[in-house]
Amino acid sequence: MSQLLLFNVFNGLIIGAFYALMALGLSLIMNLSGVINFAHGGFVAIGAYLAYTISPYVGFWGALLISPVLTAGVGLIVERILIRPLYGRDPLYSLLLTFGLAFIIEDGTRYIWGAQGLQYQIPSWLQSPLSSDLFFLTGYRVFMVAMVAVIVAALFFILNYTRLGLRIRAGTLDLETVSVLGVNVRILRNLNFGLGIYLAGLAGVLAAGMLGLQPTIGDSLIMPSFISIIIGGLGSLPGTLLGGLLIGVASGVTTVFLPQASEAVIYVMMAAVLLVRPHGLFGEEGRF
Amino acid sequence: MNTFKISPGTLIVWALLLTAPFWINFAGGYVELCTRIVVLGLAAMSLNFLLGYTGVLSFGHAAYFGLGAYATAMTMKYFVESTPLALLAGVVVGGVAAAIIGPLITRLRGVYFAMCTIAFGQVFYFIAFQWRDVTGGDDGLSAWHREPIHFGFATLDILNNNKAFYYFVLVFFALAVGVMAFILRSPFGRTLLAIRENERRARFLGIPVDRHIWMSWVISCAFVSLAGALYALLNDFVDPRALRWDQSGNFVIMAVLGGMRSFWGPLVGAAIFIVLQDYISSHTENWMSFVGLIFVIVVLFFPRGVLGIIRRKLAS
Repeated sequence: MSQLLLFNVFNGLIIGAFYALMALGLSLIMNLSGVINFAHGGFVAIGAYLAYTISPYVGFWGALLISPVLTAGVGLIVERILIRPLYGRDPLYSLLLTFGLAFIIEDGTRYIWGAQGLQYQIPSWLQSPLSSDLFFLTGYRVFMVAMVAVIVAALFFILNYTRLGLRIRAGTLDLETVSVLGVNVRILRNLNFGLGIYLAGLAGVLAAGMLGLQPTIGDSLIMPSFISIIIGGLGSLPGTLLGGLLIGVASGVTTVFLPQASEAVIYVMMAAVLLVRPHGLFGEEGRF
Repeated sequence: MNTFKISPGTLIVWALLLTAPFWINFAGGYVELCTRIVVLGLAAMSLNFLLGYTGVLSFGHAAYFGLGAYATAMTMKYFVESTPLALLAGVVVGGVAAAIIGPLITRLRGVYFAMCTIAFGQVFYFIAFQWRDVTGGDDGLSAWHREPIHFGFATLDILNNNKAFYYFVLVFFALAVGVMAFILRSPFGRTLLAIRENERRARFLGIPVDRHIWMSWVISCAFVSLAGALYALLNDFVDPRALRWDQSGNFVIMAVLGGMRSFWGPLVGAAIFIVLQDYISSHTENWMSFVGLIFVIVVLFFPRGVLGIIRRKLAS
């Protein structure tokens, strides 16, 4: 029993790490630009499929490094061409646009790589369990959690100690003032969008190793990511991180006791949080 | 006040709707297509009650559309084989669900509100998907069909006569649209417009804004449930896709495509969208890309919608 519980808690932690990774990217974009990026799941798929395509040439580690960067590049172009004209308009329009984009990306990946699921090769030493007692702890799962931890630490380092991060945080609070102080807001939003998409691409590569490749790979992750943000509170990145881990572990624990409810429990949590704290655990009232 | 004035646009819409089954075959369509346009047009118009007239962005209306559809299908399949009762069940279930969820989200605004409506929309999708014994899961609810209506002295065979069913749907459409137009012209409706135009000012005038948004939300969702109930009857079938988030997006794009600021806009948008979708999906496997492309083009080039453009042309 305790081993089953441990297994599911750890499983929940992994899934929560995925949610958090996606939700952090979504959150970055939403905070600075007020855009709900519905196509985030699509960018996860792009990251995964690009890794699949380039890994025969550059290997697993090369793909892990390069694919998210390429995905971010796609994100920069998309922001420049499609999303930039919509800033300052009703958020309805950017939501609809990314919505349509999600359709196009899903269909596009299906067109290019086929509708069948594909296997993604990971190094063999990462596939074996750590020990016979903890048979469920494959090296890859531990590696993923560690990887997410490193990336999240790097993200918070960038946001807190670099000029770009400072500007993103300042822009989140008051973009107009930042603009008046001489920062090129267009470039700032572009880079910020790229940063968010980088996280999506990385989530895609990591997910590919665990779940395999499918055009709808991001679909099952996007709703929980929204909920992570709602629970954590819009505008708070630490809140988003906590929200993601929280619902991951909660649905893992629920799997042990009531498997049918593992999906429903995160919605119940969201309703409870909205009832008690309408702006999320760490959200500030009045910002959104 | 021009309360009882009927505009030429309204006359044209009704003239087209009332005669549609007789000319649609010559225009290359079929009667079921008309029925679908009326049903989904009703859904988009109900959404627009909230979106265009209250200024609140809901991206989760498919949930209440689907709830109405499932409640209707389940009433027919498990309880009574009566079309009017099933329709009533659909509207009541959808409306009550919206009334319960409403207080959780009507305190929120803008993107936050939109996100919460999306997330809450998915709850019902999961329930429909996973509760196989009752909802049929992914396969949906089939093996039931709409029943002819008996008036005592006559019978309306909406099951086998597709024109009869079209007019049956049109009656409910007329009722719903009439009630919505009436509400929008009442002091309550004017208050909703005031909230849309300047929420802070409305609040300072002593208007309980959250309660008004909640009421607008429930009205809008109840009519969307009616559309969902009619949709279930139209297909004699319902599956979880009626509840999914892409259905919500379709309603929003219909409203925007036709013109959010005009009463009939969403109906026009629904007609264009459904005809395009029907045409594209019969010609290519990659119809999803084209539908996505419609979204992108509408947002970038026609944000005011068809009726918005026409109105501007007329004004200038």
